[in-house]
Amino acid sequence: MITFEDVVKIYPGGGTAVDHLTLELPTGRTTVLVGPSGCGKTTSLGMINRMVRPTSGRVLIDGRDVAEQDEALLRRGIGYVIQHAGLFPHRTVLDNVATVPMLLGQSRRQARTAALGLLERVGLSAEFAGRYPAQLSGGQQQRVGVARALAADPPVMLMDEPFSAVDPVVREGLHREFLRLQQDLHKTIALVTHDIDEAIKLGDVVAIFRQGGRLAQVGTPRQLLEEPADEFVAEFVGRDRGLRSLSFDDATEPPVRPLGETGEHELVLDDAGRPLGWKSPTGLEATGGTFTRTDSLRLVTDLAISSPAGIAVRVGPDGAADGTVRHHDLVDYLAARRLRRASEPTP
Amino acid sequence: MNLSYLFDPAHWGLTTPGGFPELLFSHLGYVALALLIGTAIALPVGLYIGHTGRGSFLAINAGNAGRSLPTLGLLMLMVTLLGLGLTPVLIALTVLVIPPILTSAYAGMRSLDQRVVNAARGMGMRPWQVLTKVELPMALPVLMSGFRSAALQVVATATVAAAVGLGGLGRLLIDGLAVNDYSRVLAGAIVVAVLAVVLDLVLALVQRWIVSPGLSGRAQARTRRATT
Amino acid sequence: MITYLSNNGDTILAALRQHIVLALLPVVIGFLVALPIGYLGVRFPWFYHPLVNICGVLYSIPSLALFVFLPVILGTKILSPLNIVVALTIYTVALLARTVADGLRSVDTLVTRSATAMGYRRLRRLTDVELPVALPVILAGLRVATVANISLVSVGALIGVGGLGQLFTRGFQLFYLEPILVGIILSVLLAAVADLTIVLVQRAITPWTRFEHSDRGAA
Repeated sequence: MITFEDVVKIYPGGGTAVDHLTLELPTGRTTVLVGPSGCGKTTSLGMINRMVRPTSGRVLIDGRDVAEQDEALLRRGIGYVIQHAGLFPHRTVLDNVATVPMLLGQSRRQARTAALGLLERVGLSAEFAGRYPAQLSGGQQQRVGVARALAADPPVMLMDEPFSAVDPVVREGLHREFLRLQQDLHKTIALVTHDIDEAIKLGDVVAIFRQGGRLAQVGTPRQLLEEPADEFVAEFVGRDRGLRSLSFDDATEPPVRPLGETGEHELVLDDAGRPLGWKSPTGLEATGGTFTRTDSLRLVTDLAISSPAGIAVRVGPDGAADGTVRHHDLVDYLAARRLRRASEPTP
Repeated sequence: MNLSYLFDPAHWGLTTPGGFPELLFSHLGYVALALLIGTAIALPVGLYIGHTGRGSFLAINAGNAGRSLPTLGLLMLMVTLLGLGLTPVLIALTVLVIPPILTSAYAGMRSLDQRVVNAARGMGMRPWQVLTKVELPMALPVLMSGFRSAALQVVATATVAAAVGLGGLGRLLIDGLAVNDYSRVLAGAIVVAVLAVVLDLVLALVQRWIVSPGLSGRAQARTRRATT
Repeated sequence: MITYLSNNGDTILAALRQHIVLALLPVVIGFLVALPIGYLGVRFPWFYHPLVNICGVLYSIPSLALFVFLPVILGTKILSPLNIVVALTIYTVALLARTVADGLRSVDTLVTRSATAMGYRRLRRLTDVELPVALPVILAGLRVATVANISLVSVGALIGVGGLGQLFTRGFQLFYLEPILVGIILSVLLAAVADLTIVLVQRAITPWTRFEHSDRGAA
């Protein structure tokens, strides 16, 4: 667990970067620090591994004040990932990843062998091992950066805008990898980003900072979306909060009708039962996509809205259609859901 | 350290033959002449190569090749081929000026942000205007540093050229060595060293003055100071 | 030309040998001295500009002037080869200290910050990260210093020591073209070989530079 105890950071020029921050980052969870530029999120992150010294207040990791520990040793036990990876250009990918274990005294061979395993873990094949950072794309470099941070198996990881410097498609992939890794590893992660969508997607806990270094709200992504503390948070989280909060509910919630009940619309299937499209005077119109039981309510809503028939098609694991959700039923369901939520006691 | 020659007032008379002022004047004259001719030759060529990209091999390696020429050898070669006099020496000095100017003109043009040049063309500037209003001012820092390099090279080589009969401050060193008048040698060494240092300083100030503050980072420094 | 070469082979070789020693010794010593000085220019930022200025002044002193001035400071005879070695070492340091400082400063701050955050202490970070990455710049400076030194040694012939410079003065005194040509050619060749050697060494010890500015792989 990482704890900020009334931490203040004022720079010599006079600017207050962090204004009396008290925050707890739970063990084994991802806490995202998010906010506009100048809100102190990166400064706060830097105080965890002593790259920045607090003007007052303490930062504790598992109860121990970081100021009381040897800087270099502290940092060897914390994984650090930054934008553009900051890989050593003069070392191969493998040696980059093996850096901290070697600093900690492991033999080169041991460190390199372990590094190979880590590369695989972040989705890079062994052929990347002997390459230099200059030969890698941005996304690949970022993966190496993550592998490097994981190499010494630190309990704590700090990530400073780790996915900002890559294009959106690559970023999607990296997000998925990140969530998969964290599911396996359960590290205590502090991640800084300026992108609220990324924060909501990746964070177990999200801390929103406002300019001037003050904490605006801390909570789960759902809490932030559904119960913003003030105007600033609501604005920052964005206009389509309602739609986005649907991402947190499952596709199994709304009522599903069996295949036969599609009213005046006819769903055409192939021999294996897979949907081909909706019958129309001119031929077939594409369904625009299907959903499965593991998808989110948001996807179902989107499909129902964009479908030419106003009906979202559900498929099973084999791709065969096994049910539909009609637009009207969805609207009724959402209305009932809202009423239900309103009458629930606030946690 | 025998500085008697240096401080002897007889040697400082403005019109005294062989006095410091006369030698200083002629030394500067040789330097100026070689720089003028060398720059007139090398600058346009370097700018052209840098601008068009053709012949870049020449421009890139001119610097290295020029640096590897032994100056004394070149001087003595010229004089042995063409006889004593100002011309052979001047040719040698000019040959030594050309490589640094050529290389820095090329490098200066290559260092330009093409987007800015394209923007200028897009605004309707003619090629000549783009060259004089945009490219040259932006390439100036690199050009000036090449020029300074060349200037120092000429001052040093002109000193050595006294060994093949040239006038200037080198005379004090060469003649002094010949007659074992160490006081004279020292005087020459000190004066020419001071000349070189002062010249470099003056050129540095000129550089500061003609290079736009926006380019040299001075403007940013000004803003930084104002807002902290 | 052939007769000149066959009659004077020994003199030429001796001159060449002396030239190599007089040129390369200062390079080695100068490099070793310049490394810590250059580092100080980065470690203590206030020192950088004074360092650059001092180096600039030293480098602008004409070679002959320095050759004859050093006996005063060192107490050597005017005609001693030590003057040449010391003078060229001073030039080498003046050039390389600045190059080392600039090279270290050119290392991407992301990389140094990364290294610190991973737990590198200052000294090891310098040797393991900053110096290697700065090596291409530093070696480029080394090339310049080496070639310049090789060219400057000949000027020493005017004070009686000059490696290949002796061939110039001999040829000049006797109005004889051959020695001058041989001297120039050997001097240029020596410079070219030294330059090439450093380039090859650089390619060998900084393999990653081959890939910079090249195409990236697919994501």
